[in-house]
Amino acid sequence: MKPAPHSDGSASRSGGSAPRSGGSAPHSGGSAPHSGGPAPRSDRPAPRRKPAPPRGLRPRLIVAFLLVAAVSALVTAALTFRQARQSILDRAQHSAVSELRLQTTSLAPSLPADPNDDDLRAFTRQLDRAAGSRDWHTAVSRDGKPLIGTAADDVSGTLRDTVAAHHDAAFFERVDHGAAPRLIIGMPVGYGSETDQDQGQDQDQDQGQPTGKSGKSAGKSAEKSADKSTGKPTPKPKPSGVVVYAALPLDRERTDISALITAAWAGAIPALAFAVVPALFAARRVLRPVRRLRTAAEKITEGALDTRLDAEGKDELAALTGTFNTMAGALERNDTKLRRMEANARRFAADVTHELRTPLAAMAAVTDALDEDARSGRLPADTAEAVLLISDETRKLTTMVEDLMEMSRFDAGAAHLRSDDVDLRTLIRKTLQLRGWHESPDVITEFPGDDLPGGGRPDDGRPSGTLPDDGRLGGSLPDDGRPGSGSRGSGSGASSSGTPVRVDARRLDVVLANLIGNALRHGAAPVTVRAETTPHSLVITIADSGPGIPDEVLAHVFDRFYKADTARTRSAGSGLGLAIAAENVRLHHGTLTAANLPEGGAVFTVTLPQPPPSPQPPPEEGEPS
Amino acid sequence: MSRVLLIEDDPAVRRGIVFGLNRNGHETEAVGTGEDGLEALEAIRPDLVLLDLMLPGMSGLEVCRRVRETSQVPLVILSARGDDIDIVIGLEAGADDYVVKPASAAVIEARMRAVLRRVAPAQDGAAPATGLSRAGELEIDRDALIVRKRGTDVTLAPSELKLLLFLSAAPGRTFNRQQLLEDIWEHSYYGDARLVDACVMRLRSKIEDDPRRPVYIQTVRGFGYRFGPLPA
Repeated sequence: MKPAPHSDGSASRSGGSAPRSGGSAPHSGGSAPHSGGPAPRSDRPAPRRKPAPPRGLRPRLIVAFLLVAAVSALVTAALTFRQARQSILDRAQHSAVSELRLQTTSLAPSLPADPNDDDLRAFTRQLDRAAGSRDWHTAVSRDGKPLIGTAADDVSGTLRDTVAAHHDAAFFERVDHGAAPRLIIGMPVGYGSETDQDQGQDQDQDQGQPTGKSGKSAGKSAEKSADKSTGKPTPKPKPSGVVVYAALPLDRERTDISALITAAWAGAIPALAFAVVPALFAARRVLRPVRRLRTAAEKITEGALDTRLDAEGKDELAALTGTFNTMAGALERNDTKLRRMEANARRFAADVTHELRTPLAAMAAVTDALDEDARSGRLPADTAEAVLLISDETRKLTTMVEDLMEMSRFDAGAAHLRSDDVDLRTLIRKTLQLRGWHESPDVITEFPGDDLPGGGRPDDGRPSGTLPDDGRLGGSLPDDGRPGSGSRGSGSGASSSGTPVRVDARRLDVVLANLIGNALRHGAAPVTVRAETTPHSLVITIADSGPGIPDEVLAHVFDRFYKADTARTRSAGSGLGLAIAAENVRLHHGTLTAANLPEGGAVFTVTLPQPPPSPQPPPEEGEPS
Repeated sequence: MSRVLLIEDDPAVRRGIVFGLNRNGHETEAVGTGEDGLEALEAIRPDLVLLDLMLPGMSGLEVCRRVRETSQVPLVILSARGDDIDIVIGLEAGADDYVVKPASAAVIEARMRAVLRRVAPAQDGAAPATGLSRAGELEIDRDALIVRKRGTDVTLAPSELKLLLFLSAAPGRTFNRQQLLEDIWEHSYYGDARLVDACVMRLRSKIEDDPRRPVYIQTVRGFGYRFGPLPA
């Protein structure tokens, strides 16, 4: 029997068996919270179609961690699997081939030199019997004749062709189809000296057989001559033309490989699950300082400028925290500085005002005497004029200082609201009376439901016996002596249409006087004062008939000392009137707005919130509110 | 023509006010400190005291208290301070009215005149009430301008007396504070209502058994005050 030639190993690979699991990475389920359907807020103009990537840092970090873990687990598993599978198969093939060679070599000498079919069949039977644990089935063919033996059906033409083409090497083929993978080996039987090639072949005889047949996974035949690889010159045996084929099941190997796949999965899935833990931890580490920074920034936004953070560690976030602290410190310093400067400026204004009051007090006490003498004709004419000028300006200065004092009180937060229930009409009438506007045709008052167009002169209505002119709050007086009853809206023959409003009468008077005075000075007569009450507010509008306020001025009308024209001509006012009016309205928690009427003329609107109308409160003892 | 004591530390203001007062026909004595003022109060027995609150040495508030311990002379505070709290304290210490400097002579004159008017104004043009009236334990003699409680004279400052006379002339009727300001203090409708509150407080401390639960001068919350009604 000729020794089997040094056969070349050609690894056969089952290319389709790599675990293809890339598409089922666990992160695919981690969709963004608002990925499905339109956004719940209906006021969004266009709901997002595309599921947005996770927004928050935490989900992003977790997804990143999972991705990294999944990729590394998969790559490791794939490589390990491939390698292990290869080794398993290689070893199986290797030992099968050696076994077959051994058996063939030991049985071949019993074959006649020119064996007929019966010889060959007997030969295969011998081989089958010698299978042992390998459990192979064999078939034999001679010189390309049909196969004889139990494995005749398993051997493909391709393998036969390959073996026939190379008479000197064993080839094998792995058939994967069906549930039972099998290894099919084709081995030419040679005659002649039985060299010790088995040992040599043990390492090198693996051969692959190139078959592109579908259903079979076959590796490329990378023929490597064993003599080349071992470098051992071996005499070529004479080919006998007999080729032994053996088919043996690979069930055990298959089981081993599936165990490998299972093990790879069993390792990868916990690894992935476990990756969540460091991800959460890292997210926590990263997010905690971020959250603290956000909270601190919010606090600073709300005005707590002394907010600082403890910088932990030395990472970038700690550096950011440090920068944040520096920023907060700078902000606080600047804020303190600005506040101090503003407080100084205000205190300065208050101090100056206060200092001005003492000399003004002396001057104011004598202006009346100056006026009197100047008008008496006893003084020379130009002296009299000078004296009048001084007394006039002293009065203006006094007004201005008083306004400044008032402003200082607002700035210092020393202004307090003292609200009472007062009658709206009385309130407005008194304001007009005090300024001598009640008999002027320049000021018209309108009340809801007022039939008299000339409401600016409420005394006109006196023949109907409405309001006494002695300053009594007629509409508010109960005259029946019933305790605590009917003290509002009913009473002593006075107007029954009393509209009680809850305001600080003094401050509202200042507001109205300043607004009406402003309208008379800067707008044009007639000025219409319209007052109405709604369930929740009192609305008073003061409209003039002038040209209106230029837009660029409108935004500044409530600024202190704002003069509409750049020439800064001094008007009769202190320049603080509207600012004081605005402050007084603000103290009422109301609003004061300026606008222009479409038909021309400026309109100022005072809106003061009113408590909901309540039933007559019972008389209460104790201090007045 | 009244005798006025002016207590004011600033010489220029003192001169200005004295000038104005004299021109209006008052006889004025001006001093620069509270101590001098208390002394002059004994010496010249003025009809009215004008008192600056900012004084060197004894403060105006202290002077105010001391004056009220011995005298019910009409007292008007001159305040240069915008600090409202000083005015309130001055009023609670017994001042009848206040004038904020700078004030013209006419304003000071008007205040003085109002405080000096001894008789409470009549209500709604009705004839001034006269004679003796009783309410609970109070006895009010409108002619002699004397108030007694359980037979004992109650010393009332001018504003307190006027307030009591005004309110008690219409028992049970409620007056709001603006109205009281106009009628009793002769301020404008928009005068400082704290004048009324401070005066009510002082009056209660003198005539009520328990000023915290008054029966004579009752509060109508958010509106004003009324006299009575007395518990049966």
